Amino acid sequence: MSLVGAKVLRKEDPSLLTGRGKFVDDFSPPNATFAQFVMSDQAHAKIISIDVSETLKMPGVLGVWTAADFISFPNLPGGMPDFERPVLAHDRVRWAGEPVAIVVAENRYQAADAVPTVIVEYESLDAVTTVEQATSPDAPMLFETRKSNVLTKVPMLDDLEKHFTKSHDRASLRIVNQRCAVVPIETVGCLADWTPEGLTIWATTQAPHHLRNKLASWLDTPQNLCRVIAPDVGGGFGAKIVWYPEFFVAPLLSKWLRRPVKFMQTRSEAMVQMSHGRDQVHEIEVGFEKNGKINALRMVISQNLGAYGDPTGLGLATLTGWMAAGCYKIPHVSTGFRTVVTNTTPVAAYRGAGRPEATFSIERIIDLVALKTNLDPVKVRQINFIQPKDFPYETHNEAVVYDSGDFPQALDECLRLLDYDAAKAQQAKNLADKNAPLIGIGFSCWLEIAGFGPNGSLEGFGHLASWESAQIRIAPDGSATIFIGSSPHGQGHETFVAQIASDELGIPFERISVIHGDTATVIQGIGTMGSRGVPTVGSAVKVASERLMVRAKKIAAHLLEAAEQDIEVKDNAFNVRGTPGKKVSWSDVGLTSFQPLRLPPELQAGTLEERLFHESPNFSYPSGAYACVVEVNRKTGKVKIQKMVVVDDCGTVINPLMAEGQVHGGVAQGIAQALYEQVRYDPSTGQPITANLIDYLIPSAPDLPNYIAGRITTLCPNNPLGAKGIGESGAVGSPPAVVNAVVNALSSFGVEHIDMPVTPEKVWNAMNGRK
Amino acid sequence: MTSVRIKINGTDHQHDVEDRTLLIHYIRENARLTGAHIGCDTSNCGACTVLLNGSAIKSCTVLAVQVQGEEVTTIEGLSGDFNGLSPVQEGFRQQHGLQCGYCTPGMVMASTALLRENTTPSEDEIRHALEGNICRCTGYEMIVNSVRWAAENGGGK
Amino acid sequence: MIPAQFTHIPVTTVKEASDALNHYGDDSKLLAGGHSLIPLMKLRLATPAVLIDIARISNLRGIREEKDKLIVGALTTHEQIENSPLIKKYAPIIAAAAKLVGDPQVRHRGTIGGSVAHGDAASDLSVALFAANASFVATGPNGVRTIGAVDFFLGFWTTALNQDDVLTEIHIPFAPTSNWSYQKFTIRSQDWAVVSVAVSESNIILGAMGEIPLRAAKSEEAIASGADFEQAANFADEGTSPSSDLRASADYRRHLAKVMVLDALKEAKHRS
Repeated sequence: MSLVGAKVLRKEDPSLLTGRGKFVDDFSPPNATFAQFVMSDQAHAKIISIDVSETLKMPGVLGVWTAADFISFPNLPGGMPDFERPVLAHDRVRWAGEPVAIVVAENRYQAADAVPTVIVEYESLDAVTTVEQATSPDAPMLFETRKSNVLTKVPMLDDLEKHFTKSHDRASLRIVNQRCAVVPIETVGCLADWTPEGLTIWATTQAPHHLRNKLASWLDTPQNLCRVIAPDVGGGFGAKIVWYPEFFVAPLLSKWLRRPVKFMQTRSEAMVQMSHGRDQVHEIEVGFEKNGKINALRMVISQNLGAYGDPTGLGLATLTGWMAAGCYKIPHVSTGFRTVVTNTTPVAAYRGAGRPEATFSIERIIDLVALKTNLDPVKVRQINFIQPKDFPYETHNEAVVYDSGDFPQALDECLRLLDYDAAKAQQAKNLADKNAPLIGIGFSCWLEIAGFGPNGSLEGFGHLASWESAQIRIAPDGSATIFIGSSPHGQGHETFVAQIASDELGIPFERISVIHGDTATVIQGIGTMGSRGVPTVGSAVKVASERLMVRAKKIAAHLLEAAEQDIEVKDNAFNVRGTPGKKVSWSDVGLTSFQPLRLPPELQAGTLEERLFHESPNFSYPSGAYACVVEVNRKTGKVKIQKMVVVDDCGTVINPLMAEGQVHGGVAQGIAQALYEQVRYDPSTGQPITANLIDYLIPSAPDLPNYIAGRITTLCPNNPLGAKGIGESGAVGSPPAVVNAVVNALSSFGVEHIDMPVTPEKVWNAMNGRK
Repeated sequence: MTSVRIKINGTDHQHDVEDRTLLIHYIRENARLTGAHIGCDTSNCGACTVLLNGSAIKSCTVLAVQVQGEEVTTIEGLSGDFNGLSPVQEGFRQQHGLQCGYCTPGMVMASTALLRENTTPSEDEIRHALEGNICRCTGYEMIVNSVRWAAENGGGK
Repeated sequence: MIPAQFTHIPVTTVKEASDALNHYGDDSKLLAGGHSLIPLMKLRLATPAVLIDIARISNLRGIREEKDKLIVGALTTHEQIENSPLIKKYAPIIAAAAKLVGDPQVRHRGTIGGSVAHGDAASDLSVALFAANASFVATGPNGVRTIGAVDFFLGFWTTALNQDDVLTEIHIPFAPTSNWSYQKFTIRSQDWAVVSVAVSESNIILGAMGEIPLRAAKSEEAIASGADFEQAANFADEGTSPSSDLRASADYRRHLAKVMVLDALKEAKHRS
């Protein structure tokens, strides 16, 4: 029975369910100290002085450090010249929350008492929090050596106006994809212990090797003396790829104090110091025909980077531009973007990283086309779809060639699960009944770019490379340990890797262990992000297993005195095809693999170890069709999701339970962005005003619906598993389905668009014709 | 400083702690039981949920001194017939009610408390019983399924 | 996350508590369930030097009936109130409001006394108790006094309790009929009310529409003079001063008040 495709229960769970998980804050080595940042309470200011005289007298304080103490060290890695982020603010703070000093004390209670006694004198500067403010003529410059807050700009080369003029009509929208806080339930932290034997740092990271390489270079220490361990990590969603300053200073502090040093953000600290997501504004316009066929699309993207250009943050607008046309065959597409610094928390990847933004805009404008042509939004999508026969489909950008998909089939399946006719009938019925809520039906047909990625793709974001590694080791008793270069934080890699390996190797699931996250034991890895787990590390494991099996079968054939081509593996043993009863166990083969006297002459001891760095020839393109039915309270504007249908095409599914879990989680975040979440700043002072979980609205169980999940399958041609990945799909596809549904519910009021989050008050305003 | 005595999972603990010591820190750092987690500082997320004399509470919003002499149950104190797991723990395993596992101890304790009070909760009752526990990974449906599985397989034992 | 230092003083009688408050003065606060106070202390928005822990004063717990009213000990938790057969029978609006406070964990620790003494205009129990014509019994150095709901809420986080008072009991007259409704509007389930409405007999009380729970006096008068529910509800926001904040603008709150008063009036009528 094949484990690939089966609902195998997770290896990770028994420990996590019994409180035996080990997250960074669970480690308490002897003699450890606790470090905490002093954060700027100004959004934009010059630092005049820092007085730590009172702090040094506080109980338990071991020291206070400022930028002066790190002057011989570089800025944090990955930034753009002139816009780099210092480890601690030097002469200027650029966002409220930027670290200015570090207090180390014996424990976190004493640190908490000491931090407020650090007196920083600031000279306030004007603050800007939006791209509009930061690019206005009298905007303050965040970086004095530059005359602009625009970091990168790729203008739209051709505005395609001639195609617009030729079209029957045009539709345009200004769309705000609002800033979100990532809010994994575990914040960011690390524990650094630098002993004479070298540095070990446990960190909440999605990319331990990536961190190790940068850290070693920054510390000017060889990589062999620098060990990074990602233990259990409580969610990341992209925010834990970032090189946080604590990861860099904690090792130094440990070296200087000769004691372990721990940082662990409180939630209030995390809300302003952990990277944010989204915060793009789009000007999008399409030209279309009477039948809804879109001829041309142009889009300019403005990306708010926050105070410093994060290496991932800098690349988001590029991805958005690549995916601007979604799953539609639009002959003329032109995009441009600019990335801009503002006095806000730096922006980096957040589940979908640039693709939710693209999807939201194309799906909103498609609905506007439907409104203007008076056609069913389903029909407009269908008439514009890229068809299955069009693959491989070259898009407007040569880096992006969609490989497979069946958008019409996904939508058909979605409509079937939705029961579109019944929903429309209910909608009409409710419209006529003043006492019934308004019903809205919204769709999102989407695809996204994942499985990062082909050679060169992640290098563009500052990574070492784009492959992923797997190393399989067979023990003398025939059990297996697989070391993977990915670094999961909830995605269940241990489970699906063991499933794949078990099918290939014939070793039972329970006799396969999977290890990740430790740079001392795992050969180079890249990390977990960009929905790359199954496509890259899954493929690496599959191919490595296949290669290892060649030698294992050689050993079995030798022991059984049979021909290699007749050897099969099943149930932890090797048989000879056609000769029942003749078999040798994996234990026998494992033992033999270390015994030169018993091995076939061409193999050596230790031969049953295989390592592979799997290179993907291309990205993968998960896709899907989502539908949302909402009830809108006519009096309060409150939106309730009545039905959420999610049909995904992720290619081969390794574990359907886990795949569906990923979709649920992504959709939950997408609905939360659509209806609840928004990071807000005071527009005049730049102060964050949603910096805790009372004011930043993460929904809990009663606030979210059940999900009706369906599937279609088109294989990814670019990896041996045929898998596309699914980790970010839910967050990419769901926000437009929800917002399209609300706009649809309000169509009788002439509403064409509402920006997220669609709060009850916004709906009420829309119903009353106000803004 | 006060000498605070708390029974945790049936074992007596006694530690001299500052009066301001939060129960969550007493549990994690004095009693060294790290299953209960910290996810916020405004009493919203519920990752710190433990049982106090059988009732689910947020241990980040209680001082250790307040529960002098009382009984606390943490995730480490649950066990049962499912390879050592309680019905709720096994329900979460069966129905994929956890991904990163960070909110999980709090979810499991809150769910256990629910099932001890209500053996056949409706979906609505389950969701409302967990409204003080935030999960960022699962989207909640599989957590609801986990609790339902547990309700049908032994409940809040 | 970490409160500033303080000294914890557990007491076992009301007199001890009152004496301690007197002795330590403005630097001291009472600690009951702690679910209003401790969150503030963790953010260092409150830094009392002394916490007088009254949770072990045994005669401040429990609910009993006395002739025509319920006597509720100030330390009774929201969960106990939500599930109390006496409250459900004689003051059901209070049970309904208690059920909506925060989340289950909060309801296991938070107390009716603590919630009311905190003086928040959005407190579900405060609003419902006001509508139920409750009165509050305070014990201070000068003796015991009973304060009617009408005189109890004075301003933002300010009640008629003096610094050295201990709120010991809440008296709730038996509800004469089942003509009641409690409405709470939130954006997210676990939140404080954006606006709340409590209707009990002829009382219409609004939460989160000003610094204290407010009587929708004009609506009450309209009903009394024979207006229909729609007309009466239209006056709901008169005399209120709702704020604009992250959750809602003042205008939207005014609108919600009208919508919810109408819903409450209809539900109350339907119930009776």
